[in-house]
Amino acid sequence: MNRLTQLKYSILSLLLVTVCSPLYAQTDAEARGLEIAKEADKRDTGFVDFTASMKMELKNQQGQSSIREVRAQTLEVIGDGDKSLTIFDSPPDIRGTASLTFSHALQPDEQWLYLPALKRVKRISSKNKSGPFMGSEFAYEDISSQEVEKYTYKYLRDETLDGIDCFVVERYPAYEHSGYTRQVVWVNKQEYRPEKIDFYDRKNTLLKTLNYSGYQQYLNKFWRPDVMHMVNHQTGKSTTLSWSDYQFKTGLTERDFSRNSLKRAR
Amino acid sequence: MQKKPVALLLAFLSILHCNASAAQDNWLEGEWTAESTLQLRHFPHDPLPQNNLQHNNSASVAMELEYYAAWDDYNKSLTFTPFVRLDQHDDERSHADLREFSYQQVFTRWELRVGISKVFWGVTESQHLVDVINQTDQVENIDGEDKFGQPMIKASMERDWGILDLFILPGFRERSFQGIEGRPRPLLVVDTDQTSYESSAKQRHIDYALRWFNYLGDIEIGLSYFNGTSREPLLIPDSNNNSAVLIPYYPQMQQAGLDAQLTTAEWLWKLELIARDWQAMDNNAQLIDQRFVALTGGFEYTFVGIAQSAADLGLVAEYLYDDRDEEATSFFQNDVLLGLRLAMNDTKSSEALLGVIHDLDNQEFMLSLEASRRFAHHWTASLEVRSFNRVDNNSPLAAIARDDFIQLDITRYF
Repeated sequence: MNRLTQLKYSILSLLLVTVCSPLYAQTDAEARGLEIAKEADKRDTGFVDFTASMKMELKNQQGQSSIREVRAQTLEVIGDGDKSLTIFDSPPDIRGTASLTFSHALQPDEQWLYLPALKRVKRISSKNKSGPFMGSEFAYEDISSQEVEKYTYKYLRDETLDGIDCFVVERYPAYEHSGYTRQVVWVNKQEYRPEKIDFYDRKNTLLKTLNYSGYQQYLNKFWRPDVMHMVNHQTGKSTTLSWSDYQFKTGLTERDFSRNSLKRAR
Repeated sequence: MQKKPVALLLAFLSILHCNASAAQDNWLEGEWTAESTLQLRHFPHDPLPQNNLQHNNSASVAMELEYYAAWDDYNKSLTFTPFVRLDQHDDERSHADLREFSYQQVFTRWELRVGISKVFWGVTESQHLVDVINQTDQVENIDGEDKFGQPMIKASMERDWGILDLFILPGFRERSFQGIEGRPRPLLVVDTDQTSYESSAKQRHIDYALRWFNYLGDIEIGLSYFNGTSREPLLIPDSNNNSAVLIPYYPQMQQAGLDAQLTTAEWLWKLELIARDWQAMDNNAQLIDQRFVALTGGFEYTFVGIAQSAADLGLVAEYLYDDRDEEATSFFQNDVLLGLRLAMNDTKSSEALLGVIHDLDNQEFMLSLEASRRFAHHWTASLEVRSFNRVDNNSPLAAIARDDFIQLDITRYF
């Protein structure tokens, strides 16, 4: 950003703050919502890095299913979105394809794709965080790294979900190109991990529900679900995402998330 | 294919393999994968009377195997990728190649690849000016996307100042050309038995190249330099047993290249620029020294989630320029590409790319459509249509003006 634009932005934000501050005054519910999000984030900080395998089963309304398999490596970046490298194993026509993502809370992610047949690395536009991941019911923004700054929050109520005491928090995407107006998250009171999320589309109609199950704790701290099940209420399609082979603190470094490492990813 | 380097490489690799096997705990099982394709081509127009050996329909099968093994925590790896195609009619299109047969080792600060491999440079879609390491396997397709494996020693360093790749390229691969029954091809058959070179070392000339690449936020820049045998031959009219043929002549060349891309939320801005010193043929078929400049530049704009669906629609526009004007050895000296790229983002990965390259100096235009989808877990189908329209009789495209074709590929993955 050059100085002039910077100046413009500062003036603009100054104006916005002055004009809008009554609206921006945090209510108790907002403060509580943010507090819950921060606590959840704090409890998941410090994993440093992890690798895992993921299998997706995509089902349409007629019950026909197809399978996707990927392996993922993630490097924790404190104060920004994480870096991740994803290698596609199945279906076999995209075997060997890999993607490298530097995710950001409010800016579009930086993303590269490696196409093994052409040996070509392509920088791709990543504005479309709302697009489907591999044709599934998961959007990129549903599975990318979760940062506190990605949303604003509002605490709604306490509720018991399948016998688990939860905070119910509503959150509003801060990213302007998000596919959602809002999400309602059931946060486990004891462990501060999500148990269920309802996604509302741009018209504010219920679009999808995500249920987490089979949580396991790694390194006595980090909770990861074995299964994430997403149902699309509008199309009747669903995707079941199963995680396995979780490994934490494997010694990955910045160098494992570079263009050259993308080219050698297997 | 030169036998000696391959034999040496084999010996080298078997030694490595033994070393690796000794360190059992670090050894990762090698893995074979394969894909096999049935291809059908239909040419709706009859061939020219003088090319009456050509056909309107042809079938071919292709197979690519890949063996990959890695050990020592993925720091050492071996890739072996043989490829073969058998064509119903064209003997030149029935061919085999080692697309990849290389060993790679990753060190703390750099990495090394030795063997036959493939490298891609560049950013644009319509043509790949800066991409000069690998020879084009032209019998595969006229779009220049298919490449022969190139023997190389490649060292790559990735630092704060970017990536620096150094190449030593021993051994030259000739471009493949369609045989007498093949389509599409020039009016005359290219006689690869009479291939000649500027360098007295011929195909044993050792080329070298280097490339620096870096990215700063939204901008990516690559600078490259190549010195050695041109991958693009001049085609010199001659005769073979009293029939007129074209003989490939490979001059030496020095080429400097720049490629850059600016990526914003919806826009990709792309530029490739080259300056090349090499030999050209003047009007009297004499070889003269030549320097020329060519560029490709343009953008891709993507509409995401069109009509409230998951589909993305990309708009591609590129300008193709070559300062040799009518003496250009490429088809594109003052042309514009307009393209539409549709990605359905569905479970079948349905995609299509429709492109028109229009010559601004005359009325010629080339139309191409590439569409593909997965129709079962291990199967994909792709359709390709190419058509050459309003071609001028004096145009370099005149030879293939009647070679419009429709191609269907059915691929099974193993």
